Amino acid sequence: MAEFPTELRYLKSHEWVKQEGDVVVVGISDHAQDALGDVVYVELPEVEAQCQAGDEIAVVESVKAASDIYAPVTGTVVEVNVKLEDSPELVNEAPYVDGWFFKIKVSDPAAVEGLLTAVQYQTLCEAEEH
Amino acid sequence: MGKKTPLFEKHESLGAKMVDFGGWDMPIHYGSQIEEHHAVRQDAGVFDVSHMTVVELHGADALAYLDRLLANDIGRVKSPGQAMYSAMLCETGGVLDDLIVYATGDPYLLVVNCATRGKDLAWMRRVAEGYDCEVVERPEFAILAIQGPRAIEKVKSVVGEDLVQEDIVGEGKVALIEGLKVFQGGWCGGWFIARTGYTGERGVEIILPEDQAMSFWDSLLEAGIRPIGLGARDTLRLEAGMNLYGNDMDESVTPLESNMANTVFLEGRDFVGADALRKQTEHDELVGLVMAGKGILRAHYPVFSDGTPVGEITSGAFSPTLGKSIALARVSATSSNMTVEIRGKMQAVECVNPPFVRNGKQVYKPRKT
Repeated sequence: MAEFPTELRYLKSHEWVKQEGDVVVVGISDHAQDALGDVVYVELPEVEAQCQAGDEIAVVESVKAASDIYAPVTGTVVEVNVKLEDSPELVNEAPYVDGWFFKIKVSDPAAVEGLLTAVQYQTLCEAEEH
Repeated sequence: MGKKTPLFEKHESLGAKMVDFGGWDMPIHYGSQIEEHHAVRQDAGVFDVSHMTVVELHGADALAYLDRLLANDIGRVKSPGQAMYSAMLCETGGVLDDLIVYATGDPYLLVVNCATRGKDLAWMRRVAEGYDCEVVERPEFAILAIQGPRAIEKVKSVVGEDLVQEDIVGEGKVALIEGLKVFQGGWCGGWFIARTGYTGERGVEIILPEDQAMSFWDSLLEAGIRPIGLGARDTLRLEAGMNLYGNDMDESVTPLESNMANTVFLEGRDFVGADALRKQTEHDELVGLVMAGKGILRAHYPVFSDGTPVGEITSGAFSPTLGKSIALARVSATSSNMTVEIRGKMQAVECVNPPFVRNGKQVYKPRKT
């Protein structure tokens, strides 16, 4: 049974977002890591890279397929999770905690409000399965 | 909603992620295919491969028939129950399937692939016309493969306890296993046990009546043997340099261009497809590729030699044992400067001769060009 923490926001492309002031932490959902299977490599953006919402910003390679990760908001990358280099399995084991991908300083903090709630995202996932 | 093996409920109760495989509902993993892969290389794992097709050949002409049907030479098999891996070809030399035949006398025992079942049986029956040889499918069997350095030891501990009143079937099975040479099989108590496998590890494959499969499965798990899904089965066989029909070869290619030339014996033989192979003087080669960089080689990625396109990957995966990606590719040329295009970028790869891993260690060497 996949988890959908309610304090987070989500995108239909399966990223989750956690707001910490004017910085957001981004990762992929439990539903997504389960669908991908064992994660083998994660290609992360450069720190200080600028991004627009919707840009392809990272790649997850799993045993099954390569998947693009999209920037959920416009802003600047301020930190990336270097632990994923040696331990990509953190994405599978703890997708919402140790498996985070990168942090973006958002140019417009209100942008997060427009993202899906946990309930909305969960509904989407369940519809996908039928 | 596909066909189910006798062990379907076991997979479901273990929380396996089920997928469709050739029309069957099969487990792709039970949690982590990478962990399952390591379990087979380091310990022991069991695979439900009951979706594969068990066939018996009955009749006085079975040997002559096999000589006509198969590219490999059954005449070279000397020991009773010895296994032979072979391609089965069509008239143009293309590969209809790969299979294992056990020289068990009358009847001979064959195991062919799942997805090719209908095609294979129709073809085999057609070729059998004119021979005193009947092709009989045995769908009432389950098949379990137990592989890994501790597989045989653990299986013996399980079958040894399976004592039946009248004939000490359990002890008979232990004695059978201990007496088998590698790549040899035999019958005991209605079970066929062979020292064959698709992982590059030691182990056994067991063909048994389906109504005994569930309790045997439970005993194997109790003995500390891990259930292994098809995901790990694929990465294990690829590390071992073994082909997967449908990916690495199909009817459009011959065994000579599928790294199977050493399973083809033309001299003095007239098997179906032999003449076509005799004429195939130039052909592509199926080679191994290893990528040192981060990323995964996958089927159909284009392959380049000195910047010129020379073919494509047929099977690719992340190798858990090596910690890097490996692949098989069919190419028209090789060099010391090979690249693969991955999502628009050219990545360097090393061209090698499979197998990639043996006894848990890297064994590949660069392919001389």
